[in-house]
Amino acid sequence: MSFEGKTVIVTGAARGIGQAIAKKFAEEGADLALVDLNTDWLEETVGIVKGLGRRAEVYAADVSKSEDVTAAVTKINEDFGQIDSLINNAGITRDGLMVRMSDEDWDAVININLRGVFLFSREVAKIMMKQRHGTMVNIASVIGLMGNAGQINYGASKGGVINITKTVAKELASRNIRANAVAPGFIQTAMTEKLSEKVTEAMLNVIPLKKFGQPEDVADVVCFLAGDASRYVSGQVISVCGGMVTH
Amino acid sequence: MSLEDKVKAIICDKLDVKIEQVVPEASFIEDLGADSLDTVELVMEFEEEFGAEIPETDQDKLGTVGGVISYLKEKGFGA
Repeated sequence: MSFEGKTVIVTGAARGIGQAIAKKFAEEGADLALVDLNTDWLEETVGIVKGLGRRAEVYAADVSKSEDVTAAVTKINEDFGQIDSLINNAGITRDGLMVRMSDEDWDAVININLRGVFLFSREVAKIMMKQRHGTMVNIASVIGLMGNAGQINYGASKGGVINITKTVAKELASRNIRANAVAPGFIQTAMTEKLSEKVTEAMLNVIPLKKFGQPEDVADVVCFLAGDASRYVSGQVISVCGGMVTH
Repeated sequence: MSLEDKVKAIICDKLDVKIEQVVPEASFIEDLGADSLDTVELVMEFEEEFGAEIPETDQDKLGTVGGVISYLKEKGFGA
C-alpha cells in the first residue's frame, strides 16, 4: 500500500483513464480528490474509491479557467490538508484536418489539454513547494510525440504537455518535486470507441503487442511515476503503447 | 512587531541567514544566497503575511531587503 495516508488529485476522473488512475491509487491506499467538469459525472468513480475503503471528494472545475482551478486547489488543500500527487489527466479531442479546422476546435483542445495542465500545475506547485515534496504526472499521448493527421490540435496540446513536464521538473526539483509524463498509445476508452473498424485494424497492424491498451495499463505506470519507486526519475516521458512508438 | 521586524524574520527563516546579515542594502541573490525559487517563495510569504497581492511587474523593486520594506510601506501594509 505505497500511497497510504497520501492525497492524490486526479483531473478528468469521471471515466476512462482518469477513473482507472483513481482506482489504482485507491488500491494503493490513497485518498482521492476527484476533479471533472460536473460532479455528477464523478459518481461512479466515487463509488469505486469508497468501495475500496478510501476517502473521495469531488470538485467541479473547468481546468481551462483560472478561477475554477484556483478555487478547486484551495478547497482541496483545505479539505485534505496536503497534496502529495497531482495527476493532470483531463483531456478532450476535436479531430479534424488542419485546413478544415475551426478556431473554436483548436482553442477548445489547447485550452483544456494544455492550459489546464499549466493552471493546475501552477496552483498545486505553490502548495507542494511549501510542503517540500510532491509529484506530478501529466497524461500526454504518443500523438504528442509523433503527430497524427486529423489531430493537429490534440497533438500540439500533448506535445506542449510533454514540454511543460520537462520545464516543471527542472524548476521544482530543488523543492523535492518531480514531474513526469505518460504517453498512452491506443487505449480502449470512450475517446477511442468512436474509431471505425478500418482505422482500428490499421492501428493493430502498427502495435507490436497486437492489442489495444487498457486504462489499467496506463494507471499502473502513472502510479509508479507518482510514487517512491521512481524517486530518481524526473522530466521523463514514458510511452504506454504496446511497443508502437520507440523514442 | 513592526513591518520591518516581520519582514526580517521571514527572510531569516526562509533563507536561513542571521538577522545581522539582513541589512537594507542586502540583495537576496547576491548577498543572502537566494536562488530564483527562493525569491519567488519569499514574495509568496510576504503576500501571505501582509495579505498583499504583489504583481509580477513589481518584482524588480524587491531585490533587496530595503526594497521590500519600502515597497510594502508604500502600499500601506503593516504599521
